Amino acid sequence: MIRSELIQKIADENPHLYQRDVERIVNTIFEEITEAMANGNRVELRGFGAFSVKKRDARVGRNPRTGEAVQVEEKHVPFFKTGKLLRDRLNGKS
Amino acid sequence: MSEKTLTRMDLTESVFREVGLSRNDSAQLVETVLQYMSDALVRGEQVKISSFGTFSVREKAARMGRNPKTGKEVPINPRRVLTFRPSHLMKERVAEGNKR
Repeated sequence: MIRSELIQKIADENPHLYQRDVERIVNTIFEEITEAMANGNRVELRGFGAFSVKKRDARVGRNPRTGEAVQVEEKHVPFFKTGKLLRDRLNGKS
Repeated sequence: MSEKTLTRMDLTESVFREVGLSRNDSAQLVETVLQYMSDALVRGEQVKISSFGTFSVREKAARMGRNPKTGKEVPINPRRVLTFRPSHLMKERVAEGNKR
């Protein structure tokens, strides 16, 4: 399923809404989640999962082609942990 | 970094402000989005949201595990796990936004 299919499905089942509003709603949700993480915040959606930001320490990496040591800066990466309900549903429970 | 946790309520509020719907309908739509994504994943489908990321389901084989407290071997059943791969755009925004 891709973004446009998700939007289409919601639009089909909510005929009282304009397609363009459904688009804005779906886009707003994903934008808010990304924006929260960009601000260093967590997003917790019970039953679905939680988005958080993890810190990766600075390290000395290596250029795999030349074997040369390179300094890699500290950085922050997005992380998702599946919620209990969804994890159970994936495995046929509940 | 003053860390805050956003919930469904915050997403509902954003949807409410973005579109002229009631708070109730906004909450319902947030729920619908999560529901449809979950349903697709439970069916084993990938959920690909451009410029956000991709959720995919992976099959894990059965293996022997160990109870770290007692050291006893316990069988771990085959199971399905969900992985999220953030898009380049999201990785960039998160890296950029958390730089100091």
